[in-house]
Amino acid sequence: MSRPTLPVLDHAAAAAAFVSDADRTEWHDAALWWIRQRRDTAVADVPDWEALRTHASAIKEHTLTHLASYLEQFERMARAKGLQVHWARDAAEHNAIVHRLLAEAGATRLVKSKSMLTEECQLNPYLEARGIAVVDTDLGERIVQLREEPPSHIVMPAIHLQTADVGATFHEHLGTPATLVDPVALTRAARADLRARFLAADATLTGANFAVAETGGFVVCTNEGNADLGMALAPLHIASIGIEKIIPTARDLPVFLRLLARSATGQPQTVYTSHVHGPREGQVVHIILVDNGRTAQLARPSYWRSLKCIRCGACLNTCPVYRRSGGHSYGTTVPGPIGSVLAPGFDLAAHASLPFASTLCGSCTAVCPVHVDLDAQLLAWRADVVQAGHGSSRTRQATRVATQLLQRPALARALTPVLRLALRVLPRAVTRALSGGWGRGRTVPMPAAESFHAWWRARSDHEH
Amino acid sequence: MRDVVLFVPCFVDQFQPSAARSAVAVLERLGCRVHVAASASCCGQPPTNAGYNDDGEALLTRFEQAHVREVPGDAPVVVLSGSCAQHVRAHTTHDALRRRVQEFTAFLHDEIGLPALAALGATCPARVAVHIGCHALRGLGLAVPSERGPGSTVAPRNLVTAVLAQVHGLEVAPLTRPDECCGFGGTFALGEPELSTRMGTDRLRDMRRAKAEAVVTTDLSCALHLRAVAEANGAPLPMWHVAEVLDPARRLGRG
Ligand code: SF4
Repeated sequence: MSRPTLPVLDHAAAAAAFVSDADRTEWHDAALWWIRQRRDTAVADVPDWEALRTHASAIKEHTLTHLASYLEQFERMARAKGLQVHWARDAAEHNAIVHRLLAEAGATRLVKSKSMLTEECQLNPYLEARGIAVVDTDLGERIVQLREEPPSHIVMPAIHLQTADVGATFHEHLGTPATLVDPVALTRAARADLRARFLAADATLTGANFAVAETGGFVVCTNEGNADLGMALAPLHIASIGIEKIIPTARDLPVFLRLLARSATGQPQTVYTSHVHGPREGQVVHIILVDNGRTAQLARPSYWRSLKCIRCGACLNTCPVYRRSGGHSYGTTVPGPIGSVLAPGFDLAAHASLPFASTLCGSCTAVCPVHVDLDAQLLAWRADVVQAGHGSSRTRQATRVATQLLQRPALARALTPVLRLALRVLPRAVTRALSGGWGRGRTVPMPAAESFHAWWRARSDHEH
Repeated sequence: MRDVVLFVPCFVDQFQPSAARSAVAVLERLGCRVHVAASASCCGQPPTNAGYNDDGEALLTRFEQAHVREVPGDAPVVVLSGSCAQHVRAHTTHDALRRRVQEFTAFLHDEIGLPALAALGATCPARVAVHIGCHALRGLGLAVPSERGPGSTVAPRNLVTAVLAQVHGLEVAPLTRPDECCGFGGTFALGEPELSTRMGTDRLRDMRRAKAEAVVTTDLSCALHLRAVAEANGAPLPMWHVAEVLDPARRLGRG
């Protein structure tokens, strides 16, 4: 079944719709805050945490600045291990390669383990239109797939749903009793359904968390073992890997493995960390190395560091805006602060509202295990949005007037008594209406009777 | 006598000038000669944060000129707002000025020292919630943010609470989320009003749950927003700048 393509959204409008359900907002915020606290506790257990972050960031920056040679090394080593390697410039090429490989093998039933890259490429609808049955096997992914929704989080795809929502979904699609909301029973029902699909699959597709240039192998981290089951059962394994997932050597792996799960969920390690270093007997493994906008981002001086991201989701969990507006409000495959930094690179006009979906509080930057300077990049995108003419004209006008006025403090100070008087004598309803967005849910502040500068001037005159 | 330049941001000038008058009083009591640059108006943060870098740079240049031209030598520029101080520090190309710019509370803590603050004899018998603006917190390092501190609960280093500990009778109410963003975020408050007010409401609820009778802050811009949310919710809460709490001449608090 296909998922609708993601619509272009105005984040403010989508966020307003989300917060209008106060109880759901409360619950969503609390669920993610709980994860952030688990992360805080897990991080505090590692005495050299800050050194680890700095080291990981340095490895990533080194790799990204030598990406071509590491990719070539990876390809060489992977081939030597009997893994087949393909290159895809964009989503269309990626999808076509997957389809060709499946067609050549006569495969019509594909099980997938969570891969945000295939989500980014809109692989599912592409394959379904060509008669391939695609089943997402990560529990959260499966739930949103049944609901025909995109994931709302890169690590917890169904975090926007409560058990009652899942119960209703499973009742409709898996035939569980309408009253069933117990998470354990629901998980069992999903497992029974998925097991049959695993056994019947002709092929499996996974992502990868890391690909090691030195060894030509790659690593998949999951908590449910679903990727492993797919890899163990299906005769054909396709791994879709973004080119930024490369790290130089096997010695670099533990650095990232220690950072990833702790940042993501507060676990010391993911439950399953599987290393693929060659096909098992009777199996064929294909790797597709995908660019899809990554080299373009790498070429942007202000934003290339966003490619260091290891997709832990910590910046989403800590973001006060994400926690209260939900992942769907971003209208992108990757939501939250990192999504708002990545998406404008794909299409600036479509995602012009995202760099503004932040208070620039900086918590994202402070949690990021690989030191992506998210708030600085969000700020840089704002200037680019305005430069490209996608800023709001009201803000433009207001900014111009304010700047003109503030450039002339003497004039501004001569005018402010008038403004002050206006604010004081106008009925509150009028000032609220004039204040636009401010007046929604907030009173309009009243200026003091005497400004500081007026007082200061009077005091200085008095002294002389 | 040490020369100090006080920078009063435009919104403090208009909406809470009492805080700036208290800042003058406190600095003078601490033996400073206070100067104010009459031609300084805005550090340029609002346009820059909205993506209008040209306007932001024009205002920042004006801010730089005002403080270089109008005030003596290399006196510290004490800024009555963490977020303005952080903006200047992060964006100015004027190295000498960058070194001079300091947030008010940090200046008192680092340059004046706690014993002198204790000797002020400030009294404020009230249970207060402390709100450090995000830019002051993470940009200037006035405290270690919870996501960086061990176990996330209490920040191990907090200049603001150290300063407030010098005020008699003041009690700090522990919050469950000590440094959650209030939702102001400058133009964010206008661009995403629903989300912004929701964040403010949540912040205030945490403060009320902790039985706070007032809010003490380094950032009156946050307070402007929080006050407006509290009033719209029909439950006003006093919002004081650190300077007002330290001012021995002002009687704040319960009694
Ligand atoms: S930007 Fe950093 S915190 Fe956010 S998902 Fe990527 S690695 Fe994690």
